[in-house]
Amino acid sequence: MQVNVTVNGVEHSADVEPRTLLVHFIRDDLQLRGTHWGCDTSNCGACTVWVDEEPVKSCTMLAVQADAKTISTVEGLAKGGVLDPVQQGFMECHGLQCGYCTPGMMMTARALLDRNPHPGEEEIREGISGNICRCTGYKNIVSAVQWAAENPADATSEVTA
Amino acid sequence: MTAVEDAPVPLSAAGNPIGFGRMHRKEDVRFLRGEGNYVDDVQLPGMLYGAILRSPFAHARINSVDTSAAEALPGVKAVITGAVLETLGLAWMPTLSYDTQAVLATDKVRFQGQEVAFVVAESKYIARDALELIDVDYEPLPAVADAKKALDADAPVIRDDKEGKTDNHIYDWEAGNKEATEAAFAAAEVVVTEDILYPRVHPAPMETCGSVAHMDPVTGKLKLWTTTQAPHAHRTVYALVAGLPEQNIQVISPDIGGGFGNKVPIYPGYVCSIVGSIVTGKPVKWMEDRSENLMSTGFARDYHMKVSIASTREGRIQAVKVDVLADHGAFNGVAQPTKYPAGFFHIFTGSYDYPAAYCNVKAVYTNKAPGGVAYACSFRITEAVYAIERIVDCLAAELNMDSAELRLKNLLRPEQFPYTTPTGWEYDSGDYEKTMRVAMGIAGYDELRKEQAEKRARGEYMGIGISFFTEGVGAGPRKHMDILGLGMADGCDLRVHPTGKAQVRLSVQSQGQGHETTFAQIVAHELGIPPEDIEVIHGDTDNTPFGLGTYGSRSTPVSGAAAALVARKVRDKARLIAAAALECAPDDLEWELGRWFVKGDPERGRTIQEIAMDAHSALELPEGVEGHLDAQVVYNPPNLTYPYGCYICVVDVDPGTGQVKVRRFIAVDDCGPRINPMIVEGQVHGGIADGIGMALMELIAFDEDGNNLGGSFMDYLLPTAMECPDYELGETVTPSPHHPIGAKGVGESATVGSPAAIVNAVIDAISPFGVRHADMPLTPANVWRAIQGRNVRTDMAVE
Repeated sequence: MQVNVTVNGVEHSADVEPRTLLVHFIRDDLQLRGTHWGCDTSNCGACTVWVDEEPVKSCTMLAVQADAKTISTVEGLAKGGVLDPVQQGFMECHGLQCGYCTPGMMMTARALLDRNPHPGEEEIREGISGNICRCTGYKNIVSAVQWAAENPADATSEVTA
Repeated sequence: MTAVEDAPVPLSAAGNPIGFGRMHRKEDVRFLRGEGNYVDDVQLPGMLYGAILRSPFAHARINSVDTSAAEALPGVKAVITGAVLETLGLAWMPTLSYDTQAVLATDKVRFQGQEVAFVVAESKYIARDALELIDVDYEPLPAVADAKKALDADAPVIRDDKEGKTDNHIYDWEAGNKEATEAAFAAAEVVVTEDILYPRVHPAPMETCGSVAHMDPVTGKLKLWTTTQAPHAHRTVYALVAGLPEQNIQVISPDIGGGFGNKVPIYPGYVCSIVGSIVTGKPVKWMEDRSENLMSTGFARDYHMKVSIASTREGRIQAVKVDVLADHGAFNGVAQPTKYPAGFFHIFTGSYDYPAAYCNVKAVYTNKAPGGVAYACSFRITEAVYAIERIVDCLAAELNMDSAELRLKNLLRPEQFPYTTPTGWEYDSGDYEKTMRVAMGIAGYDELRKEQAEKRARGEYMGIGISFFTEGVGAGPRKHMDILGLGMADGCDLRVHPTGKAQVRLSVQSQGQGHETTFAQIVAHELGIPPEDIEVIHGDTDNTPFGLGTYGSRSTPVSGAAAALVARKVRDKARLIAAAALECAPDDLEWELGRWFVKGDPERGRTIQEIAMDAHSALELPEGVEGHLDAQVVYNPPNLTYPYGCYICVVDVDPGTGQVKVRRFIAVDDCGPRINPMIVEGQVHGGIADGIGMALMELIAFDEDGNNLGGSFMDYLLPTAMECPDYELGETVTPSPHHPIGAKGVGESATVGSPAAIVNAVIDAISPFGVRHADMPLTPANVWRAIQGRNVRTDMAVE
């Protein structure tokens, strides 16, 4: 089946099997490998992307269901070489270790902040509770989201490392 | 040993500490941009995809395997069975515990999820389709999933592949002094005994296991990208097992999405991907799914422990003994390098001063997945710490004594170090009471007890739990360990380029621990080169020195020592070159961070960067000094390092539902000097979350037919941000006397130490109901049952 999607502002058109999972379409067909796969059952959130601005777990959505929709992935977070405040916050606060859950976690966090720019700690914890991290124990992820809330885009410096 | 400097660490032009201190991780940017390179991200031209057919039965005879329909499916390139592997001599492989494990089953399947066949196809979807077309004729056999029934006379014999095997016994092993322990118990005023289960859990890293194998049909070179924590050890094992020439094997461990011990063993899938590449002449990728990860790869624990403690009425501990029934699953695939079959379990004597201890470990086969040492356990120290810290709380309950007071009464004192334990470990250094007092201070311990009393009076159930742990990490001294005969020394190479920038090559490999930052800081600390000017290279056997890998919290204790020593070797060489450049004697030079200068004439000197250029220049070098500024070392650890800590957990329990809320968690760790405190704290945070998971929700249980009841993330529950509190950390610093920078390692401390604190807190909360012990995981249902006075087994679905 033909799938037409706009991913991170770029239009893509591809012929896929109807059963192709969105996560596989993004990773294998579009070769955007920042989106990870972790569990098959929507529990871990490593595959979180946005479909029409809404965070979804791309392991439990078919690529064909995304037809004519707009998709955002971790590769689209940074703008013009400048990290998104959420990305910067994860670095500032040591919100990542192995990095595997990080793309999905950041997509969830960005969506949370877009809806609620100043969430409290409990709101952040609830907001990311659909994303599992096995390394950080979440404390520094919560801090990273708080950092991003306190340092919106214009305050973020370019990172060239 | 270099003491931790009191002077502030100078900052580089980029603002990073030239040495120890907080700095952002060098590896972060690629992960933040989605540009990490995990095994599943590896793409090679012409690459094929593998998938494994797994047994639905826990125990069954294989009468036949018909692969013809699968082979006929368009896009399928090969179907490999145990029979095919048998012709290559690869149907079985050795485990790291001197047992054998089936790569693909030939005679029988012995656990649910065992590997039966391997399909190689043009896409992962086709490979999965082909699995459906393989027809296996199974003859189901009675299964034994309960370790307590494994040695029954009528138990089915699982390992009848082993000649003469007539039961499911693996080994009996003991440590300590049995006679002295029995005598102490006979004379004791108080004896407390408890059956304590450490249930089967799983490390469940976010990235599952997998590999990409490419055997180049022209050159005969095998490149294997794989999720391994020990690339060099794996290379050697592949050479030994498959007979491949070791110089033709390159094992690459790229970015790894968490390990926790799950990625130490060699799994059948890795071997199958290699065979698949050899058979097809193409690269073959195999990535397991989550259920495969949970059902077939290295689990952790599964220790049934009867723990007894002997004490005076005043609470002086006299002796401890432990009888263990160890469930190793269908193959003894325990991935641990110690010379002891139960790993370091005999460190169970803990952090206390008493003369007698004894343990006996009886290990059995069951129709369950193999494994046993994983999940940041420091080779069974997790089980050991849980046993001693739980029984100390039981003793406190028996004596009606505060559990902090009981611990303080028995902790080892600073003047006793180095301290040889009753089971033979030599603890290197410690000031335990100080650490415990710091933790109690952060917690506000006395106030917490007052609050608890007030709440109890109101019918509210709050609990306070303490755990004091001592670990032995940094595997390790040859007297204690090896991996299939390989000693555990680790190499390190350091090259300073002409412009003063450096590359350091490690034998260990990061699964998220931040090696690219920490090891740059160690070299910076010794040489004065800014950490941003030092590239850390790891995870590729063709480009790094030999060593045994990252597990058991060994990277800093072993490779960290190697990195410090190789930098000192370069510093010594730099002195000779500086002396030549400055036309003085080496003895006339004095070192300050980043620079050799003439004693008494500090203006006359050469920076390490200038010396690097000198070393590569036309400068006339003194007799015996080679050009270039580089060195290599191999570090052979003289002893383990012994990090320790005191953890205090505060919980609130709803007696109506059994729901546990972890309200506070205080962790005071002493891991010696902290190279990057930010990274150390991150390691502790993660370990506490592991502890919350194990104590309250994580479990791989089975039914009596051997069906795995924890085979997905819908059944195997992991803590989310909602279950974890905002941890409160503290530290004390007691350097290891034998480590070049005094560092003790911290990667597993919190996973080892935290479960006991959480369980002790929950039991403390519900002790008014007469509960002295209940087994993990303390789910609402299990807590509620304990309150009702009817504890049930948590590990088996039995009535």
